[in-house]
Amino acid sequence: MIKKPMQLLLQTSPFLRRGITTPRLMSEVVIATIPVIFAACWYFGLSALLLIFASVAGAMLTEWFFTPKKSSTQPSNSLLDGSGLLTGILLGLTLPPGMAMWMAFLGGVVGISIGKLVMGGLGQNMFNPALVGRAFLQAAFPTAITTWNPPATSPGSLESFTAIRESNLAAPFMQSSTDAVTTASPLGLMKFEHEPTPWFDLFIGNTAGSLGETCAIVIIVMGVIMAIRRDFDWRIPVSILLAVAAFSAIPWFIKPELYPTPLGMLLSGGLLFGAVYMATDPVTSPVTPKGAWIFGASIGLLVVLIRLWGGLPEGVMYAILLMNAATPLIERIAQPRVFGRGRSAV
Amino acid sequence: MSATKSYSEEFLKGIWKENPVFIQVLGMCPMLAVTNTAVNAIAMGVATAFVLLGSSILVSLLRKVIAKPVRISTYIVIIATFVTVADYSIEAFSPALHRELGAFIALIVVNCLILGRQEAYSSKNTVGFAIVDASGMAIGFAFALFCLGATREILGFGTFFGSPIFGEHFEPWVIMALPPGGFLMLGFILLFFNWLEQRKKGAAV
Repeated sequence: MIKKPMQLLLQTSPFLRRGITTPRLMSEVVIATIPVIFAACWYFGLSALLLIFASVAGAMLTEWFFTPKKSSTQPSNSLLDGSGLLTGILLGLTLPPGMAMWMAFLGGVVGISIGKLVMGGLGQNMFNPALVGRAFLQAAFPTAITTWNPPATSPGSLESFTAIRESNLAAPFMQSSTDAVTTASPLGLMKFEHEPTPWFDLFIGNTAGSLGETCAIVIIVMGVIMAIRRDFDWRIPVSILLAVAAFSAIPWFIKPELYPTPLGMLLSGGLLFGAVYMATDPVTSPVTPKGAWIFGASIGLLVVLIRLWGGLPEGVMYAILLMNAATPLIERIAQPRVFGRGRSAV
Repeated sequence: MSATKSYSEEFLKGIWKENPVFIQVLGMCPMLAVTNTAVNAIAMGVATAFVLLGSSILVSLLRKVIAKPVRISTYIVIIATFVTVADYSIEAFSPALHRELGAFIALIVVNCLILGRQEAYSSKNTVGFAIVDASGMAIGFAFALFCLGATREILGFGTFFGSPIFGEHFEPWVIMALPPGGFLMLGFILLFFNWLEQRKKGAAV
């Protein structure tokens, strides 16, 4: 038996680590999007896969293009850590089913390049890259991104799965020349026609909307699983949903015929998807518990304000982006009190 | 000011090495405001070039007469004179273009590119050099305006100098015709030129 010379190791805290790395966290969230992708395919068919493929391709190619190929100081692992893949998937899931594939690709390119890489890469970005890509698409193609196709009449059947929407395949820089069947999203119906959508349809996702946002039940289940696995801070989605429910209850109590019910507000549009998958991005949300509450509640308030009194029917994207910008300030006022110091000492 | 400067060098530096937009980042207001089409960009470039050339000649001629303490206000008066000429000429020749460019023609007065050239160059150099420098800078500025205007017009309207290049089913990028498109495109162009510069430096090392 060989005896090793005794070594005295000097280490500083932390001694206990969760052993969670960026690739691990990213792959957990990517896996958590699979049921949402499945629900999107169930209701919108092959279009979902085509659009997600296009936006992932845009995101990954951009990441690959701008990653230094031969760097002695840092191994070029930013392509392999899964963050580009996740950005692409999330962006694809926020697009309407009839969007052209080239637009989704462009969104991926813009999201990664402007949203992440110009700021200095993963961990340095101020805004959620997927939402930056979507905000660009919203500003560049306002018609295409608010054109909603109805879900399949017989969801899940092979026939409706393989029915490809012509508008997905439009050539780059071109519109589709064919007219597709379009409808209004539940939020648009409520805002402009004051026509509520049955909550059960919203719950199971049988409504018009972006690919990943319609099926509430799947998002809720995945959110609970990710919260239990501590892939994100549970306070953020919880505070967003509580704030939306609370702030939308007030106008609803005063004028129920004009304003949507709090339940309708929670289940419709991109709120659940945004709260679970977008606002919880660890880079762009506060890390302090108090900060998470402030962050989530402010997003909820902004969502209600934009949805009820803004020009657009949906405001989750802008609410999250605005609060992303405020995150450094929130962190500042939400610093925990250092043990043994006075209340004013921060 | 070295004694051995050549006309060609002084001319070329404005176009590339000291380009007023890409390198000095001057004149951002017209750069962002009126570059939504290539025609507007060119018109703005020509108007600025006229003002820059005219005031550079005059300032250079009068450089020994202008009293130091009031030089800036004198430059402004000279520049404003030429801007008024440009303003009225455009209104006379093309009222449509004048409407399009709007207040930004009058705002050439406060374009820091023009004032900067008077203070930094024309007031210290002979007329010949002042003309060469002003034309170089003006061409560089017009070139930058054209780059931005052409890309924004192609993406925002699908046309180039008014003629469609993508056919009738083009999907316009609305953002490019709006102010954010100007900021984005300018950012990309600056990024590109910085990247070129860095590459050149990297190659030199």
